[in-house]
Amino acid sequence: MKVTIDGITIDVPKGTTILQAARMIGPEVAPPTMCYYSKLKTSGGYCRTCIVKVTQGSAANPTPMPKPVASCRTEVMDGMVVENTINKDVLEARKGVVEFLLVNHPLDCPVCDQAGECSLQDLGYEHGAATSRYEFPRREFERIDIGKYVQLHMNRCIMCFRCVKVADQLTEKRVHGVMHRGDAAEISTYIENVIENDFSGNVIDVCPVGALTDKTFRFKSRVWFTKPVDASCDCKKCSGKVRLWMKGEDVLRVTARKDQWGEAEEFICNECRFDKKKTSDWKIEGPTKVDRHSVISQNHYNHLNELKVQVLKQQKALGFMDINKRP
Amino acid sequence: MGRKLLIHNDHIPNIHTLDVYRAHGGYASVEKALKIMQPDQVTEEVKKSGLRGRGGAGFPTGMKWSFLAKPEGVPRYLVCNADESEPGTFKDRYLMEKIPHALIEGMITSSFALGAKQSYIYIRGEYFYVARILEAAIAEAYAAGWLGKNILGTDFSHDCSVQVGGGAYICGEETALLESLEGKRGNPRIKPPFPAVAGLWGCPTVVNNVETIAAVVPIVNMGGEEYAKIGVGKSTGTKLISASGHINKPGVYEIELGITVEEFIYGEEYCGGIRNGKKLKAVVAGGSSVPILPTELILKTAKGEPRLMTYESLSDGGFQTGTMLGSGGFIAMDEDTSIVKNLFTFSRFYHHESCGQCSPCREGTGWIEKILKKFLDGTANESDVDLLWDIQSKIEGKTICPLGEAAAWPVAAAIRHFKHEFLEIARNKKFTDISHYDRLNKLARV
Repeated sequence: MKVTIDGITIDVPKGTTILQAARMIGPEVAPPTMCYYSKLKTSGGYCRTCIVKVTQGSAANPTPMPKPVASCRTEVMDGMVVENTINKDVLEARKGVVEFLLVNHPLDCPVCDQAGECSLQDLGYEHGAATSRYEFPRREFERIDIGKYVQLHMNRCIMCFRCVKVADQLTEKRVHGVMHRGDAAEISTYIENVIENDFSGNVIDVCPVGALTDKTFRFKSRVWFTKPVDASCDCKKCSGKVRLWMKGEDVLRVTARKDQWGEAEEFICNECRFDKKKTSDWKIEGPTKVDRHSVISQNHYNHLNELKVQVLKQQKALGFMDINKRP
Repeated sequence: MGRKLLIHNDHIPNIHTLDVYRAHGGYASVEKALKIMQPDQVTEEVKKSGLRGRGGAGFPTGMKWSFLAKPEGVPRYLVCNADESEPGTFKDRYLMEKIPHALIEGMITSSFALGAKQSYIYIRGEYFYVARILEAAIAEAYAAGWLGKNILGTDFSHDCSVQVGGGAYICGEETALLESLEGKRGNPRIKPPFPAVAGLWGCPTVVNNVETIAAVVPIVNMGGEEYAKIGVGKSTGTKLISASGHINKPGVYEIELGITVEEFIYGEEYCGGIRNGKKLKAVVAGGSSVPILPTELILKTAKGEPRLMTYESLSDGGFQTGTMLGSGGFIAMDEDTSIVKNLFTFSRFYHHESCGQCSPCREGTGWIEKILKKFLDGTANESDVDLLWDIQSKIEGKTICPLGEAAAWPVAAAIRHFKHEFLEIARNKKFTDISHYDRLNKLARV
């Protein structure tokens, strides 16, 4: 099936969503996502940040779709034409969605452990406005304790439902869910239950904001002062492929490895995440490739090979002589 | 005198019982359909009748039925949407309370057409007493053999049950209704797939409004073509209108689609004019979510033609100068009404009823309510009007279900037609309510 996104045509298999097709083309045309998670079934559709305009439904039925659609939940049709970054209305609507996501967000980034790796920060930076038009007190929830590993800050939650779906799809029995309705809706356990299972820590990885954070890492360090290192171990419960966040020789935090879309490549178990905090527990594979736009890459090495390739490309473009072919 | 097809018998004592209902021609459509018609013929009659969904969207019912997927070995369901929660709409309650068998008869006939062996009536929690009435009527129907195995000796068997909801407006959205019916949290599903393909428990399902299903009875009895003769153009048949507000005779009226709005408001047979000799200021023609229109635009279209009570005429001129027939919740407001306060009431409702799944509706509805509260407190600025406009435009069309639109349209229409009222409050920094109720309240306080 052929689909055209922002003027770029790509051939995709049947059943692909617009978002997946856009990601295949590349990050330039891929809409931002807050609730969609490719590893979780039925995720997406809630946050509305990935909305795009379908200007041609399909080759057979070229009428445009009347409303903007959530690209993460809309399957492509043959001959579909989609506008994302080239459509002013889409960008305006997305700006509106970002504003809605932020009106009740506490904006406590200076004390939030997620700062630096927060999807909402990135989204606000790329698509939001510099100031807020919201002048009312922000929503606040009562704090509840959901166990010794995971810290819940409901005030920061943007209701992406990812943590609910993780619990549904990874674990036997989900004990947390959504209570109440509308803007009073909250992620909670009934009644003040504790989330306890071998994979509960994954809610931290899927949370796009600082609503669910690692208690063992709380206030230890800003993420951009830590060095991400890929490591592995023989684990009976999970793949054992993790990312260590180190300061000196100390392992401050263990997370799943995340791909370029910020999604965990493989979910890991609590034992790997919370209990193995010594370098000797792990087989270090090497430094993590950090995306250069990320704040985490500040004061860090860049991936040297990639840098070399980029420099060579630039030099070639500028008419430099190839250093390897010097006479 | 207009023809009545749905509530013509509502004055008869004990019409809610099976015997009286039967004595007045009840269950004739079931006899006719099951004995001499094929299921497809019933659907064909509904198509011919031009019946359009009475819940608000006005989608042709026959077409909706023909979209129903019919895979082998998979059950199909008919679900009656009796979660009537739109402010200003109370027609379904009247019908179910007075003549419950009209709905049950419609359910049987429609289920026969759709091939559904099981149907559900999903009724809102606040109507629990109506649910009792329906349950009693269903028990009567079972006892008399109108429901159950081999109805009228044919091989058509059908079961019908009543499910009471928890009282959430959002469960009137068909996919949220199905979720709720399945015992889950009443959150709208993301479409596609539509219920006609994967509805209740993943099976093909038709969700119809109470009045739509009840209208199938006269259609089968009199024939689709005969039914289509009533009304104007694509608005055929009769429609129940819940009239409320500052009129002399509020209540449920069955009208022939096609009478003028003026006749409906001022005619003695219907609303009987504005009470206390006041002038009409504005009308919300189809339930709280449709755009409000000022007197000059509700009585006459922008082209100067008299506006009719039809789907087409009311929406003539789009949202710039028109509105919608919607669910038929007709709210008239006299000259003393504050549109701003009215809008605040509506917006508070939508804020309260938002399910909280998608961001624009969850955050936007609350924001709108807070800004409107500023107007009532007299602390709003002129720029707040533009802000309101901007917020509603960013909710509309960006949400999972139509609740976002329902919340956005009243705001847009109030600003479009009554911007001066908002600006006046903002300039004077003072809100004075001159409505009848407010004066009564003040008197009571003294």
